[in-house]
Amino acid sequence: MARKRRGRPERRGGKRATRPGSETPKEEAIEVEGTIVEPLPNAMFRVELANGHRVLAHVSGKIRMNFIRILPGDRVLVELSPYDLTHGRITYRYK
Amino acid sequence: MKSPREIEIMRRGGKITARVLQMLLETARPGMTTRELDRLAERGIRERGGIPTFKGYNGFPASICASVNDQVVHGIPGDYVLKEGDLLSLDIGTTFEGYVSDSAASIGIGNVSKDASELMRVTQECLMIGIAQMQTGNRLQDIGHAIQQHAEGHGYGVVRTLVGHGIGRQMHEEPQVPNYGKAGQGVVLRPGLCLAIEPMITQGTHQVETLKDGWTVVTADGKLAAHFEHTVALTEEGPRILTLRDHFEHGDVVRYRPKEEIAA
Repeated sequence: MARKRRGRPERRGGKRATRPGSETPKEEAIEVEGTIVEPLPNAMFRVELANGHRVLAHVSGKIRMNFIRILPGDRVLVELSPYDLTHGRITYRYK
Repeated sequence: MKSPREIEIMRRGGKITARVLQMLLETARPGMTTRELDRLAERGIRERGGIPTFKGYNGFPASICASVNDQVVHGIPGDYVLKEGDLLSLDIGTTFEGYVSDSAASIGIGNVSKDASELMRVTQECLMIGIAQMQTGNRLQDIGHAIQQHAEGHGYGVVRTLVGHGIGRQMHEEPQVPNYGKAGQGVVLRPGLCLAIEPMITQGTHQVETLKDGWTVVTADGKLAAHFEHTVALTEEGPRILTLRDHFEHGDVVRYRPKEEIAA
């Protein structure tokens, strides 16, 4: 018996509806690329940035809505607030 | 992921599914109702020590799905009388010692149009091509990609809103197995994975609608659809079809066995 398709499996890990940067950055946010080090509770992640800094990052609302799974080792785009450089927001997961 | 021991149980259950499905394919003929086929199926499964998985699954009222012509899948067996030229898709599932096997096939009732037999032939090829992609190290969507290439290469549509599925203790387990996709995407396939691969191929559009009964899925344009399915385990030696029928895989079926023989 065939199963009713749920979600959009063809999208998972595939092409995404939007591109990096299309989510308006909060004023003056800094966008940096990083790699997930470890998952933390409440959809938070420890991310190692390209410059070697480790920051605590949460997943942006849009990325959650699209059921994009983020795993250790994934390359992601992180927005950092200029006021607090130790916290960031993950806005895109690279393929 | 299933252990070799679990796969062995599923193989024995798959044999029941295969035997009963073959019996139905040999029996279906003009003048028979789909309800009669359902009765035969339920008895056939229970006689062999299995439980019809579909019966009561999310409220489904029968042991098989019987989908005629433009019905793609999940047709409810009833008073419909089969007639010469119908394209009948039968889908059947057995629970045996706690494990499920699921298989389907389409067949022409009497002489069918050339177009209908071509559709069935290509759909069956799609199934085999999909199974051939189920190799260790390949990715899940390689299966759907190969099926889609073959079907669309013949100008047919690939139903998207219904998909194959992982199978084991439950009929529907993760992952979903779409019959379309991009090569190289999806999870990596490893030995122990058991999937029900089931291309649903249409003559026209891939768009489908569900009838008011909440089950029967028909093509949106009313054109024919065919459906073939196997439960397949990926082993160290490669894919193994657990619901393989003795013959009929290539159409050389004994048709119209007398009913008395079936009853015996």
